Amino acid sequence: MAIVTFSKKQFEKDIGTFDEQMKNKIPMFGTPIEREEKDEISIEVFPNRPDLLSYHGFKRSFLAFLGKKTGLVNYKINKPEENYGVIVDSSVKDIRPYTACAIVRGLQLDDEKIKEIIDIQERLHMTVGRRRKRAAIGIYPLEKIELPITFKAVEPDKIRFIPLEMDKEISGLEILQRHSAGKKYSHLLAGKIKFPIFTDSKGQILSMPPVINSKLTGKITQETRDVFIECSGFDFEILKTCLNIIVTCMADMGGKIYQMELRYGYIKKEKTPDLTPRKMKLSLENANGLLGTNINEKQLKQLLEKMGYNYKNKTAEIPAWRTDILHEVDLIEDVAIAYGYENLSPEIPDISTIGGEDSRETIKRKFSEILSGLGMIEVSNYHLTNKTDQIEKMGLPEKTILTSIRDSKTEYNALRQNLSHFLLKNLSENVDSEYPQKIFEIGKVFQIVSEKVTEEEMLACAFAPGNFTDVKQALEYFFRMLALDSEISFSEPKNPPHWFIEGRTAEIYLNEKNLGFVGEIHPKILKNWRIKMPVALLEIELEEVFKMLIR
Amino acid sequence: MAENINKILESLSPNEQRILPHLEEKNVTEICKKSNLDKVSVIRSLEYLKNKGLIKISRKQRKIIDVGVNGALYRRKGLPERRLLALLEEKRIIKIEDAEKQSGLSEEEFRASLGALKKKAFIELKNGKIILGAKKEEISKKSPEELFIESLPMEYGSLSEKQQHTLESLKNRKGIIELIDEKTMGIELTSLGKEIMALGLKNKDLIEQITPEMLKKEPLWKGKKFRRYEVSLPLSRISGGKRHFVNQAADYARTVWTQMGFKEMSGDLVVSSFWNFDALFTAQDHPVREMQDTFFLEKKEELPDKKIVKSVKEAHETGVPGSTGWRYKWDEEEAKRLVLRTHTTVLSAQTLAKLKQEELPAKFFAIGKCFRNETVDWSHGFEFNQTEGIVIDSKANFRHLLGYLKAFFTKMGFEKIRFRPGYFPYTEPSVEIDCWYPEKKAWLELGGAGIFRPEVVIPLLGKNVPVLAWGPGFDRMVMDYYNIKDLRELYKNDINQLRKMKFWLKT
Repeated sequence: MAIVTFSKKQFEKDIGTFDEQMKNKIPMFGTPIEREEKDEISIEVFPNRPDLLSYHGFKRSFLAFLGKKTGLVNYKINKPEENYGVIVDSSVKDIRPYTACAIVRGLQLDDEKIKEIIDIQERLHMTVGRRRKRAAIGIYPLEKIELPITFKAVEPDKIRFIPLEMDKEISGLEILQRHSAGKKYSHLLAGKIKFPIFTDSKGQILSMPPVINSKLTGKITQETRDVFIECSGFDFEILKTCLNIIVTCMADMGGKIYQMELRYGYIKKEKTPDLTPRKMKLSLENANGLLGTNINEKQLKQLLEKMGYNYKNKTAEIPAWRTDILHEVDLIEDVAIAYGYENLSPEIPDISTIGGEDSRETIKRKFSEILSGLGMIEVSNYHLTNKTDQIEKMGLPEKTILTSIRDSKTEYNALRQNLSHFLLKNLSENVDSEYPQKIFEIGKVFQIVSEKVTEEEMLACAFAPGNFTDVKQALEYFFRMLALDSEISFSEPKNPPHWFIEGRTAEIYLNEKNLGFVGEIHPKILKNWRIKMPVALLEIELEEVFKMLIR
Repeated sequence: MAENINKILESLSPNEQRILPHLEEKNVTEICKKSNLDKVSVIRSLEYLKNKGLIKISRKQRKIIDVGVNGALYRRKGLPERRLLALLEEKRIIKIEDAEKQSGLSEEEFRASLGALKKKAFIELKNGKIILGAKKEEISKKSPEELFIESLPMEYGSLSEKQQHTLESLKNRKGIIELIDEKTMGIELTSLGKEIMALGLKNKDLIEQITPEMLKKEPLWKGKKFRRYEVSLPLSRISGGKRHFVNQAADYARTVWTQMGFKEMSGDLVVSSFWNFDALFTAQDHPVREMQDTFFLEKKEELPDKKIVKSVKEAHETGVPGSTGWRYKWDEEEAKRLVLRTHTTVLSAQTLAKLKQEELPAKFFAIGKCFRNETVDWSHGFEFNQTEGIVIDSKANFRHLLGYLKAFFTKMGFEKIRFRPGYFPYTEPSVEIDCWYPEKKAWLELGGAGIFRPEVVIPLLGKNVPVLAWGPGFDRMVMDYYNIKDLRELYKNDINQLRKMKFWLKT
């Protein structure tokens, strides 16, 4: 979740009073207020709107939304000056193939603005950049660099520079091993024979993306007026949009945007940034149809302008810093936001359909009614369990196969294979509750059958104190109430589950299919669970029963 | 007044009648003996008599000091230090280890004795030897501890300051002293009680329990009086079997959806990433697909029907008509990874894939468990319920979506709700539903909804039809109804809690 924090004073100066009305307005723009403090406001920005990840980006769009500065904001783009070029060497093609670059001049930076620039860079890394995997951004004070720039890949031991936060020149490989940022992002360069670097015309290394900048060229300060910006990564379109987001934010801060010429060795030359709006057809009919509104062409134009678009000839002009417009529906959502969700009145349409519950759910509820009628309380346990509960406490051999979950954040890290161990766990956690305790559960368990995970609906009951007769009687009552075409039968099992007492366990059959077992729990298992009452338990599969009840 | 007395007389149970004549004993044990009833019955009957205004009961509590297990032994055999002194009187100087052996004391007793004698300056310890320093008359005098033990039992309140001091030192030694909280009961007849006693208890003919035998013979009950019960008396609680309260809530929600014409969807909890993510246009590098958010199983599953896989792949790579797609290389292997479903929207995707054009318009719902790899706290769990719904209709629109949601939430008891823009990879427009909590003076999130993107619908259904979809969490609503503040309480299976839990009674 991306949070953008800005000063309340700045907001009130630029946008308007932060009163109740404003507090209700901000979430209706799609940016819920996360926190409000004395001097600061924090908003949440959804992943589809990286262009709102800076205060200036938010301000630009939100002013339009309020109707104060509507329509597509036009930025002046200056042509590249002499040497405003980036040579992209073919050595990066298989390593980090693309970069989009720009120069912004005439910035007047104070601490607040520097912080905003660093913040947006970091937030873009985390979101659109997918933790620098897809895109990484570098911003450099231009006065320390000799243009043009070269982007190339070099053997790691030949890369030597002083990285940020260090005082000594070290090699590319050493950075990955020793520098904190190097360790954090080393996986992004793992297995590469060469590492990408940006150098200036004097051969000075500016950075080793996506890991770290050079200390000598890599930090902007209050004295910085002009900057060089590069975005590098794997998706050229994303890089260009990232660049657009940054340069427009800087332009809003008072900077002048200059293009750079990218001289690729393997794709055609290009100049970035390019803020030419993308065009997309938007039909009034589709908008009204999807939203259930009745707006006209003129209103549509006004609404789109409130969201920062231009609209001409049934075509929307999309700002070059928007990444999220894939389809007409994306424009229609913005139309709805400008229209105001609060102005879209809910309506129940006149569609005739026949409703119905899933038959299994109906039947399961009936099962529950039958068992509750016998005084049993239904419990509801997690589908996830762990080795201690499912294997160790149930007296199963150490090697019993578990369907385990990778990297669980809790002690629940395996799928449950039966309900029985959970019912014993419940009894174990309720030893101080009044007895008798009669509980049941209906739910899914998981098995691995020929390398496939299967799900089986089960029913289990446990009585404490309880004996074989008690539960078997309950089970027989249950089946009498179902009045199936065939009856259940019992026999002495050859391999009963470990937790039962031998000679006091029966196997339950229906249509010659083994449904499960009923029996008394062995004292050694009760001891494992610290249960001080005799317990009788049953667990059966329901599939065969469902088959006979649902035709 | 006479009528009142009669009523009381008729309400006296046999036990009450039996103990009334013996109340002057003022002592429960004595009353038990005289009335030949057990203690519980006597105490209970006394309580009833009090409620009927016949007697007054006053309770007193006393702290009694008595000898403990060791104390009783020492009273007979003498304190360990006395026994050690006897030995020392004989030897005057003795090695510590010899003294321990010859005294016949346990190690603990021996150490305690040494301490006690040193404190009184009776002995000195030097070079591993005990030297007796006390005079004969000092030794022969009884120590305060001995005097104290002899005079037990005593009431705590009556102790002198000195005795209190002695008590403190003895309390630290094992099993010498025992503190008992003694509760005594004072019983006294009220004037009403005295009046009734004066009248005499002649109601021997009152009928107690009606028995089947009695009903067989008319004279056994005809014309007789029934003993009156104290009908307003609180009783001990009983409880019955019942459905789990979360399931009761889910049953209710099922009724709400089916009444609105929705059909229930069901399916597996373990599904391939294909259904959980890819079919819902969630790019393969989307952060939600990382291990820290989702439970992955160490298995893979074959993908469904090739045609659907191909069109989903295309939607990701190059989009559907009118869409650019996510523009990356879609990996089939990634889609095969099994997960515990992270949302019930899986069911909606699977339903769309099965749905035939001629079955439109159609409406479906689901209620079911979903899983996220989360640490557990009061508001987060790794398992939770979601309620899902889709409406597939060529004329469906965003206002209909809001209409269905409003109808459902109103039925669930949420009066004031608001809709605001939201974001999900698979819906556009998207909406978040908030509910106003007056006590918190805040809007709280109930869940999300939207209209499925064409990139979701076209590959699954074969053509672009508006599909309204929602999947708000369900547990929050259950917590609200039952006034539960901690999510973990929903699946705690505390039998006491389940026995107390009210039924879900919404209409």
